[in-house]
Formats: sequence, structure tokens, C-alpha cells
Amino acid sequence: MKISQYPRLFGLLLAGVLAAIAAPVPAAGEEEAAWNGGLKQKYFADQPIEESNAVIELTAPYRAEDPALVPVSVTAKIPQTADRYIKTITLVIDNNPTPFAAAFHFTPDSGKADVAMRLRVNSYTHVRAIAETSDGKLTMSKAFVKASGGCSAPIGADLEAAMARLGKMKFKLDGDKLALQQPNLTQLLISHPNITGMQMDQISRLVKPAHFVQDVKVSFNGKPIMTAQTDIAVSAGPNFRFYFVPQQPGELKAEIKDNTGQSFAYAQAVTP
Amino acid sequence: MSRSLAGVAMVLAVAAASLQEASALELKEIAAGIFVHQGLHELPDAHNHGEIANIGFVVGSRCVAVIDTGGSPEQGRELKAAVERTTRVPVCYVVNTHVHPDHIYGNRAFRQPGVTFVGHRKLAQAMAVRAPFYLEKAQRELNNGLTRDDFIPPDQTVQDRLELDLGGRRLILTAHGPAHTDTDLSLFDDQTQILWLADLLFEGHVPVVDGSLSGWLKELEKLRSVQAKRAIPGHGPVVSDWPAAADAELHYLTRLREEVRGLVKQGKTLEQALEQASRSSRGDWQLFDEFHKRNVSSGFAEAEWEEP
Repeated sequence: MKISQYPRLFGLLLAGVLAAIAAPVPAAGEEEAAWNGGLKQKYFADQPIEESNAVIELTAPYRAEDPALVPVSVTAKIPQTADRYIKTITLVIDNNPTPFAAAFHFTPDSGKADVAMRLRVNSYTHVRAIAETSDGKLTMSKAFVKASGGCSAPIGADLEAAMARLGKMKFKLDGDKLALQQPNLTQLLISHPNITGMQMDQISRLVKPAHFVQDVKVSFNGKPIMTAQTDIAVSAGPNFRFYFVPQQPGELKAEIKDNTGQSFAYAQAVTP
Repeated sequence: MSRSLAGVAMVLAVAAASLQEASALELKEIAAGIFVHQGLHELPDAHNHGEIANIGFVVGSRCVAVIDTGGSPEQGRELKAAVERTTRVPVCYVVNTHVHPDHIYGNRAFRQPGVTFVGHRKLAQAMAVRAPFYLEKAQRELNNGLTRDDFIPPDQTVQDRLELDLGGRRLILTAHGPAHTDTDLSLFDDQTQILWLADLLFEGHVPVVDGSLSGWLKELEKLRSVQAKRAIPGHGPVVSDWPAAADAELHYLTRLREEVRGLVKQGKTLEQALEQASRSSRGDWQLFDEFHKRNVSSGFAEAEWEEP
């Protein structure tokens, strides 16, 4: 090994020089290539989208510690009033195999159209949240995320455990108590592997179909407070935080359906 | 050809020759017939090409078993050359101790008639699910020439336990429940009483939880009762004081679990958990900043489902 130190160093230096010559300089706006080159058109056709943090603001870590569990939150900057409110927030991850991550639908009764979740991020990519307000206007907030995490992959750990509890759900209220006539933050936890199908069957000679949550509907005393369409970018063990305004004590109910057609429901009584 | 181009060509030729010369993999015979190459505590990158793990082989009278093949196709070829320099006994088995890139990317060098690839019952599936992402990441970050053909799933799987007869010595392979990953194998050599733990044991390099925090503690408990003369970690030096050598890892994982359970109990969000996670064991480990938060993240998500 002693003799080889120098040539190895030399090789590295040379490789560095060659890389410096060959490496493409990222052109300005290259990070927008996927979005402008088709994604925007695919999800929003020709509708104008204003880029600003005035309606919603997306928060995501610049460096994602675990690509399987990237915490992403959207904060609403306008109140939910009957006159003007946020109807839908759509999450898109430009460079994921399936860029569409989720779309959340709110009502004036949501109180506050904040939503937080955990996403799988495959690469270095923009994550975008696009809000549609009740006047039909679209506003986008975005963040750039570098998924790292060394050896881990954006799959998730121990999916068998999630599978063993398939469909189990729970709600967690902030402070475990209901506060009447004001927005209450609640968290919905769903046990589901939320897994993509196998893309390289020739490796394993196994076929494993995709299995993920597609529809989420949350209601309080029978009245819908949040509904969502979700896809495989949502992490295993889907986890959503959002608000609702209770007028009296009652029952929070979640109903979910996955792509195999399986449905699960769960109800939890909540009191002040 | 212009003079400068000719110059570049000559430099390239010299560099190529030098690189070939540089390709001898350093291995130590840590016990009779057990050879280990110790990796460096680095993040996989374009300079080390992902060659960071401990890898090696065990020589019997009839067969060689390769234990992990390295972090790049080139390191696999170097390991194969090292086997051939060391013994004329043929390679019969290639054992992949788990799905992580630094342990499986050298597989292709050993693919030939007579060689059986051995792995955990879940390894093929884990490879298939991760391959598209791993491939893209290798091409973006590792500069090691990885292709999809470098992913070679096991021909023979370990359900719970499997013995490989190498001639004069037996390797006992145990398939573990989710721990470091959900595809962990450990090996025990009956001749030398050496326990090859791969990434079930980290020495110096902070443990990385990519399977199950509670599961790892459970498996570690079992492994600590194994009577072994020495233990081989997946990262860090071979240790002779088993099971005391696992104390640091046990301590780290135990504290991590206490902490994430506490954060869940206090009703913290994942974001808050990542911000508030204690860094008190930072001084004990290398690469702490690179991996601790991701351990908090996956440990927190696991703890959320441990309570009623």
C-alpha cells in the first residue's frame, strides 16, 4: 500500500481535473426545468400561478436527514372566511418518480388551512405547495430539498410492522384537549406501509404490487373538515396535522381507502 | 493529434497504469483463515467511491466464503484479487450481510458458476425496492460506475439459521429481525469462535438505525450472550472484548430510545424532535452530525406506534 499512495492521489487529482472540465455548469433556472418542462402543465394546465408566500408558506428542511421521512409543513397566511378561503393545497415534488404527493381540501370550517405531513424525497429537488383559493386563484410557495441520509433509501424502515398494524389509526390533539370555537390542531396517524411497487423485478424475480393510501377523509360530528388525495410520496405511516373548529364536543372520524380498494375507518371521542 | 492532446493521452495512460497498481486491498488475517479489510469512517462520496465498510473473507479447506463485497464494483474486483493472492481455494459463497450499498456493490466481481450468493430472506425484496434510488444516487454522488447489473440478489436465503460448510470449519449464519436494517445477518465461525456482526455492531462510527431501534436493542441483547473470542463490526476495528465492546452502541441506542419515547409522550412533532434532540453523546462518535438526526427521525416515527 505504501507505494500506491502517490499514484492513487495522482489518480484522484487527475479525476478531479477531468471532472472540473467535464462537469456541466448548472444553468440558471435548471432547477425549474422539470416544472416548466411539463409538470406545471400536467397538473395545472394553462392556469396562471403566482409565486409568493402571501397566501401559504411551505417549510421544508434544506438538508433532509432521512429521505424516507421529510417533514414538510404548509402555513396559511389568510384566514378561512366564508368570503375567501383556501380550498385546496397541492404538494408536488419535482424530481420524484411520481411528482404528485398529495392534495388537501379545506372548508371555511377548517379554521386555518395549515397542513403538515412527512414525505419521501428521492433526490435534490424543489418541493412545491400550490394553494387554490375560493376565488379560483393559484399561489405557489416552494422550497429546495437535498435528500441525504447516507445509506438509507426513501422507503422507510420495518414496513412489516406497519403492515401488521395495517389500517390502525389514531388522533392526537394538541394538549390532548378540545378547545371549543377556535381552531384546534390535530394529528392523524395511519399505520400503512404506503409502498410503491417494485420497479426492478428482474433483480428479485419477485412481484410486489404498489400499496398506498389514496383517499383520506376526516370529519367531526359527521361534518367533513379535511379531505385529501395522497400518493406514494407520502411516507410510510402517513401522518397529517391540520386544524378544525369544534362548536361542541364530539367525535373525530377518519376514513381512508388505499389503492387496493381496502377501506379503514376510525373514530375517537374528543372533549374539552 | 495536437501536441497538447497527445500529452493528455499520455497522462491518462500513466494514470490508468498507476490506478491499477493502486488497487491492492489491504486485509488483515485477524484469526486463522479470517481476513478483514477495515474501512474508513467517511461518508460515501465521489473520492472514496463508497468504499467505507469492513469487508473480507473466510478460508476453509474446500471453500472460501466472501463476507460483503464492498462499496463499488472496483472494490469487489480488488477483493476478488486479494482472495486469489491469498489462497487457491475457490470462492463458493458470497454472503451479503444486509442491503446497504457499502456492503453489496462489489457483488458482480464474484458472479460465476459455482458461486452461491447468500442473504437474508428479505434481501432480494429490499434490493429490488431500493435499487432505482441507490442507482441514481451512486451515479450522482459516488462516481463508481455502478449499473443495475451490480445488484445481485441471493441464490440462497437464510430464513432463521443456515450453516455453510467451508471444509474444516462451519459458518453459522443467523437472520435477524429488523435492527440496523430489516435484512441483517450475523455469522459465527465455529473454528475460531469469531462473531462477524457487520453493521449490527458499530465501533467509532455512530450507529445508523435503518431498520428498527427497538428491534436492534432486542437483537443486540441476544447477540451479547454469544460466547465469542472476537467480534467484527461493519465499521471500525475488530474487537476482542465481546460483549463489552458493544457497550457504547448499547448505551447510544438505549438513550436514543428513551429520548424519542419521551418526545412522543410530550406530544412533540417530528420537527420539534429533530430540533430538540440531545447532542450529548456527540463527543463519543464519529459522523454524529451526519447520522444522529436521522436516527432521531426514524426512532421517533417508530415510538409513535409503541404507545397505545
